[in-house]
Amino acid sequence: MIIELLTSVGIPELAAKFIFAGAVGFLAINFIAVYAGVVSVIERKVAAKMQSRVGPNRVGPGGWLQWLADGIKLMLKEDIHPHGADHFLFNMAPFLIVCGVAGAFAVLPWGPAHAIAADLNVGILYFISITSLVVVGILMAGWSSNNKWALIGGMRAAAQIVSYEIPVAMGLLPAIMIVGSLQVSALTESQGFMPWDWTAFDNPFALLGFLVFLTGSVAESNRAPFDLPEAESELVAGFFTEYSGFRFACFTLGEFAATWAIGAITTAVYLGGGQLPPSMAGMIPLSIGLFVLKTMSVVFLLMWFRWTLPRFRIDQMMDFSWKYLLPLSLVAFFGQAIYILISWDSPAMQTIVSHLLALAVLGVIFLFAGRVAYNIKIQLIPINTLSTEIGPLERAGKIAPPPAVVEEVETAEEGA
Amino acid sequence: MGKLRTELMTINMGPQHPSTHGVIRFIIDTDGEVIHRCEPDVGYLHRSIEKITEHLSWQGIVPFTDRVDYLCAMNSNWAYVMAVEKMIAVEVPRRAEFIRVMVGELNRISSHMIAIGTTDMDMGAFTPFIQLLREREYINDLLEMVSGARLTYNYLSIGGVNYDIPRNWLFKVEEFLNHFDPAMEQMNRLCTYNRIFINRMANLAPISKELAFDYNLVGPNLRGSGVKSDVRRDQPYSVYSELDFEIPVGEGFGGEVGDCYDRFMVRILEVRESIKILRQCIKMMPEGPIQAKVKNTIKPPEGHFYSRSETPRGDTGYFIESSGGTSPYRLKIRSGSFTGISITPAISKGILIADLVAVIGSLDIVAPELDR
Repeated sequence: MIIELLTSVGIPELAAKFIFAGAVGFLAINFIAVYAGVVSVIERKVAAKMQSRVGPNRVGPGGWLQWLADGIKLMLKEDIHPHGADHFLFNMAPFLIVCGVAGAFAVLPWGPAHAIAADLNVGILYFISITSLVVVGILMAGWSSNNKWALIGGMRAAAQIVSYEIPVAMGLLPAIMIVGSLQVSALTESQGFMPWDWTAFDNPFALLGFLVFLTGSVAESNRAPFDLPEAESELVAGFFTEYSGFRFACFTLGEFAATWAIGAITTAVYLGGGQLPPSMAGMIPLSIGLFVLKTMSVVFLLMWFRWTLPRFRIDQMMDFSWKYLLPLSLVAFFGQAIYILISWDSPAMQTIVSHLLALAVLGVIFLFAGRVAYNIKIQLIPINTLSTEIGPLERAGKIAPPPAVVEEVETAEEGA
Repeated sequence: MGKLRTELMTINMGPQHPSTHGVIRFIIDTDGEVIHRCEPDVGYLHRSIEKITEHLSWQGIVPFTDRVDYLCAMNSNWAYVMAVEKMIAVEVPRRAEFIRVMVGELNRISSHMIAIGTTDMDMGAFTPFIQLLREREYINDLLEMVSGARLTYNYLSIGGVNYDIPRNWLFKVEEFLNHFDPAMEQMNRLCTYNRIFINRMANLAPISKELAFDYNLVGPNLRGSGVKSDVRRDQPYSVYSELDFEIPVGEGFGGEVGDCYDRFMVRILEVRESIKILRQCIKMMPEGPIQAKVKNTIKPPEGHFYSRSETPRGDTGYFIESSGGTSPYRLKIRSGSFTGISITPAISKGILIADLVAVIGSLDIVAPELDR
């Protein structure tokens, strides 16, 4: 559309395409930078809440501008090259990682099904393959740092990402089979607003595929509990041990951008995208809002995993991919094929299955939420920082101090 | 094509490594990630405490014992003052003994919290560590109320304790225990019973009874191998003979007896036993003096003395050679961390780097106690 507009004012078609691509790339990179910043603050806040801490609260209102301070600090830091490093690869690696993730943003939708920068007819394939560029960057970073810990981290990353790419791709197959297209917009458009219209709840096999895809994606983005390549307590900082300054920021940028990419593609393919009810069709801001809400929910889930679960060991992680996820994704694939064969002629069956499944899953989520709320309720005790003669639990507001006894203490301490 | 030439890679783990907890260094030869040889290199935190004590008065040594093991300074104090009390044959008042047991057990809980929390953190679960540190703050508050300090207390004196407890302190302790019991269980649900965690810790680096005896393991590390050994029971000191508590041993909670998970679980069960002891002490706390009559200038008889006590790191011994002067002729500390680290080469053959981290965590090695 924009290309047509540009050509109509006399710009050659090739130049118009380049202008469009440049503009989109510029927007995507800026979005990534701002998103990574904001979400890093959100993640730290979430982690702080989970760990009874305060979290960042100094820069800006409530600490919400912490990411600006961090970004400026990282840009001003010295760019250190370790002795004996392979300088060309060392310089290249962070940018390859950012490129790999930013490239995926070309096929990510932004709300309405057709709001995609490049709605390729093989969009899903493109997404899976371009994100593989990240592993090249990680391997380069690990190799060129001239550091044994970094090398181990890079090797772990290569093994991990290559293994988990298969279940991730296989996990998307049920959705592709239901819709019959690899185009992201088509995958989104086939869904509706209500949960039982989502692909994830179309049938049990699609749900299985969805879960396999989500788990595999967490592993592919190197986040806990699959953060072995950068395992802090084992490998110091893994493949980016030797990086500093803005090159280090690029790794963080790539990691956070990957969370958005995972959230967005999960939402678009499995969780109904930004589809609104038919009565509200065409309300673009609402659709964008819904899409962002769903994406951020997935991102929050990733944070939740990260701050709750311990880390896998390398052999257990490989086992998990090859012995559990891959067979499960195969089950999802063949099950989906059989289900399509059975339910081809009976829309009633499809409706009943999807409604029951969606309600069941929502029920489970509801029960789980109740359990979480209960655990938070029995847990919430504010932190006490000062130690006075009043006991810790009274200060925390856990119980009221018995007045008579407290007075006695004061006199006793005066006496002492 | 000939056989591919391969060689082992020597990696330096520490002294600045996030999971060696303090300045401990391991030199490891690895084939990929599999460890072929692991050699601990100790001495980075050596402060010559044993030598310094030769120039100090007997009372002046107490603050130094705080620094021997700062995670359980009360127990370290206790181990030392018991040795001196044995030398000069002084009877500690009953109330002081109960106060000592209480602060000792509180400190044992706080030390085990660090051990449990750091092991969780080494396994990649960061949240339990912070939550346990929060609980530890309450214990620090309680110990601050009795001693005025939060880490190195210098609370126990030769022949008693330095200050009496505040009058509603027992009430506060009970209140803390009531809060802590469910909190600990919640922590267990968060990480201890987690499937990923058990899979990582179970069947890892098992230490058989024989091996544990060979390397002279003590405390929770020895009990993890299924040996019911505890100085508090074997040679009851203070008022432990009057108290009712169990000695938890490793029973193969996750798999093999004596694996990392057993050592980890023994600490968690010991925290429960400490809670039991504290509850009994609250009920049994007698009135009376807190300090026996001890001369200002202590001049013990000539000879050598050895006293054992059960600290969170296990059987800690203080050997004192006295020449009858105002300071020891020689003082030697026998610590559980040192034997703990000396067993690592024997059990870390063929495990992964990530496992070595778990082994170090499960042995609960504390650098200052290791090097002194």
